[in-house]
Amino acid sequence: MVEENQAILKGVGLTKVFGLGHRKTIAVDHVDVEFREGEVSSIVGESGSGKTTLAKMLLGLINPTEGEIYFQGKRLDLRTYKKKKEYWTNIQAIFQDPYSSYNIFNKIDTLLLDCIRMRGGHRLPHARKVEMMTEACSFVNLKYEELTNKYPFELSGGQMQRLMIARIFLLKPKILVADEPTSMIDACSRATILDMLMKLRDEVGMTIIFITHDIGLAYYVSDSVYIMAHGKIVESGSADDVILHPKAEYTRRLINDVPKIHEAWDLSTVDYSEI
Amino acid sequence: MGKIMLEVNELTTKYITRFGENVYAVDHVSLKVEEGKSLGIAGESGCGKSTLALSLMGYYFAPLHYTSGEIIIDGQKITGMDPDDIRRKILGKEIAYIPQAAMNALNPTLKIIHFIEDVIHAHDPKATKKEIYELARERFAILGLPEEVLQKYPVELSGGMKQRTVIATSVILSPKVLIADEPSSALDVTSQKMVIKMLKDLMEKGFVKAMIFITHELPLLYNVTDDIMVMYAGQIVEKGTAREVVFDPLHPYSKGLMGAIIVPESGVRNVKLTAIPGTPPNLKNPPSGCRFADRCKYVQPECKVRSIDFRDVGNGRAYRCIFSEEQLRKAYQNG
Repeated sequence: MVEENQAILKGVGLTKVFGLGHRKTIAVDHVDVEFREGEVSSIVGESGSGKTTLAKMLLGLINPTEGEIYFQGKRLDLRTYKKKKEYWTNIQAIFQDPYSSYNIFNKIDTLLLDCIRMRGGHRLPHARKVEMMTEACSFVNLKYEELTNKYPFELSGGQMQRLMIARIFLLKPKILVADEPTSMIDACSRATILDMLMKLRDEVGMTIIFITHDIGLAYYVSDSVYIMAHGKIVESGSADDVILHPKAEYTRRLINDVPKIHEAWDLSTVDYSEI
Repeated sequence: MGKIMLEVNELTTKYITRFGENVYAVDHVSLKVEEGKSLGIAGESGCGKSTLALSLMGYYFAPLHYTSGEIIIDGQKITGMDPDDIRRKILGKEIAYIPQAAMNALNPTLKIIHFIEDVIHAHDPKATKKEIYELARERFAILGLPEEVLQKYPVELSGGMKQRTVIATSVILSPKVLIADEPSSALDVTSQKMVIKMLKDLMEKGFVKAMIFITHELPLLYNVTDDIMVMYAGQIVEKGTAREVVFDPLHPYSKGLMGAIIVPESGVRNVKLTAIPGTPPNLKNPPSGCRFADRCKYVQPECKVRSIDFRDVGNGRAYRCIFSEEQLRKAYQNG
């Protein structure tokens, strides 16, 4: 057997329960996940399947009710803020809504300079900082000279989301969690964002956890895929295996729900049972 | 050839901004939709798709203003009619509109049946509650919506269900033309499929005679509509049947759009997606020549100077480019 890359992030028996008693909701139910270094892994599921809750637990934003997270083979301990802060130098996130990801009072310049400062670059000469920011902007096909003095509201949604990736490029975390980064964006800019995520993987060697409800996007970017339904992982494996030869009934349904162009799209399977 | 349900000739509408500038967001658009057919409109955000949808209803409110052109619904010219008449006689009855986040229009303190009563009373004040309930129940049953929904509050329903309820409500008077402006883009794929199925059912069962479907999701458009028009910077740049436009696009912009399609099919991973660089031009002062010239790979000096005609090449196919069909196809083959 070929030796596989080591798992950089691992979740064992992760469970999250919201509420108490008869109002109890099990959002994530004993999930085991493993993300290998330098790969794009997708978590795919409908709304309400628990994929965002899982991501938040992996990010250390909420505490799991049960289960453990292992980062680089060591059990993660996030009991103090100091430890969390240290963990967050290794893991970063991009969220769904680019419009609410920015501090509207800060110029783009300030945002990028903050990233450099966070990586201990505050003593660098200004020319070097500008060079770094220019490099980050050109990584995402933006021009730094045009952006320096702008505020976030002057940019389009696609540009904002690309700038978020530029930020990640400066911070260079080991893991990036991208939670539906393309769902608020035009279909045409979507390809650009996905290509940039793949570029981060190929050129920076980042491990990317990509969360989406569109199995087509997951298939395009990822190396391995986890299919999630009602808080459980129903199927996992390499992208080709899962999407071209799905085993679980649920995966087949998800694939069926996405419109296709080379194959016929079967509309007769719609069931109206949901209220 | 069927009866023409909606005919639009050289429609131009503009926005007047706070500073008195004119922005022509719909610029000499002509289209025809036959009975039983659906027309799709594709384009990036900021291309004027939604403004076109609003303009088609013939009911204008500031900052949107009517400039020229005509709209004919089933032989009846609605441009130039009194706005009050349009609101009472045309909207809802002849032409219905579903906006993008239609579900947000539901007042959370009222039951669903109340909205249906509202729609019907606006057109027929004498209708009794019992008649309306019967009509709604019947219609909901045909469209696969459970009857209990009528007595529920909007907050008790899921997003997909709300969207379907709104669609059923807006077509309760069986309008001739339905305009659906991104009806499914706020939903996940499963609810999206239900909405699409419902729109198809409406067409098949004859509750609406013709449909205009607007979205930027091309695979969806391909599966739903018969014809596709591609819109760029307020103008129509290409039209043809869905199959022609998706598999054999002529205009470089349409070609660019087709290059960004992502579907879960085996070939996708090997194909390098190509996105169009740049953003659509600002329509306050649109470029004088071809509006796509700045972003076009095949741009010629001539493109930026003279305005380009919308060239008809027969069989309902037309496009707006200086190159001939053969030249374009050859250019695409060579990459």
